Amino acid sequence: MNLKICIALLSLVAAGTVYAETPAELLNGYAGEAARSAPDFAPSVERGKSFFARKWGVSSKMPNCQSCHGGNLTQEGKHVITGKRIAPLSPLANTKRFTSSAKVEKWFKRNCNDVVGRECTAAEKADLIKFFNNPGVKS
Amino acid sequence: MKWIAGMMLVALAGTAYADGGKLVVPGNATWQEECGSCHIAYPPQLLDKQGWQQLMSGLDKHFGTDATLEPEAQREISGFLQRYAASSGRHSASSARISDTSWFIREHREVSGSTWVNPEVRSRSNCTACHVSAERGDWSERGIRVPGGRFEDDDD
Repeated sequence: MNLKICIALLSLVAAGTVYAETPAELLNGYAGEAARSAPDFAPSVERGKSFFARKWGVSSKMPNCQSCHGGNLTQEGKHVITGKRIAPLSPLANTKRFTSSAKVEKWFKRNCNDVVGRECTAAEKADLIKFFNNPGVKS
Repeated sequence: MKWIAGMMLVALAGTAYADGGKLVVPGNATWQEECGSCHIAYPPQLLDKQGWQQLMSGLDKHFGTDATLEPEAQREISGFLQRYAASSGRHSASSARISDTSWFIREHREVSGSTWVNPEVRSRSNCTACHVSAERGDWSERGIRVPGGRFEDDDD
């Protein structure tokens, strides 16, 4: 086989390894980051759930995460301004969710800025992903 | 007989384009992915170069939301939009909103006020509320279904 093709194939495999992440890996990454400043930190479904529902008073059109993602995370949401359908946020209903850290970071940055008025902390992100993995939890 | 059916299909497709404003949308995977998340990826030829430049330089405050991109995606999408941007003044808007261009306003002059506030429509940014096949690149008039209303044929 041509050496160039070989290298190209190998780098594809390597890229695949880097990007094929799982929700558990992303959760562990954020939890580990949070534990560096708070050694007792453990992700919490309940904290994630209340963060998700909290009305932050930053954006009138998007007061909370539910404004676009809806109240049932295994079902589609709807963008409150444009009306575009948003695929379910929970990995239980949508296996594409939380499989790319770059994509997850991009959306946390944008959506936290819009709704919370600042970027979210690693602890908040860990709580949220923990909640998304357990969307049916009763509080 | 197959070739006759084929010819008829081609003729039909031609008709669809003729009354749909001949909007043939070029593709770009990054543009589709990044611009098509919160709304459909609006075709580059609907806004002029200045409009796209203005829009792309203010993504941190993109009509009220943070739509910032990584520098590489920002460069690629800006290049794509500039390459296919409209050259006519009918596609210019100081607000950088496609819906403020004189082209958009004329094309939608027969849409009633009640349609714009229909809960299924809500916003002029929600093209697919009526252009039901737009995500597949079909903007033809035969692909229009107005929620809660009758669409009257445009005769120009």
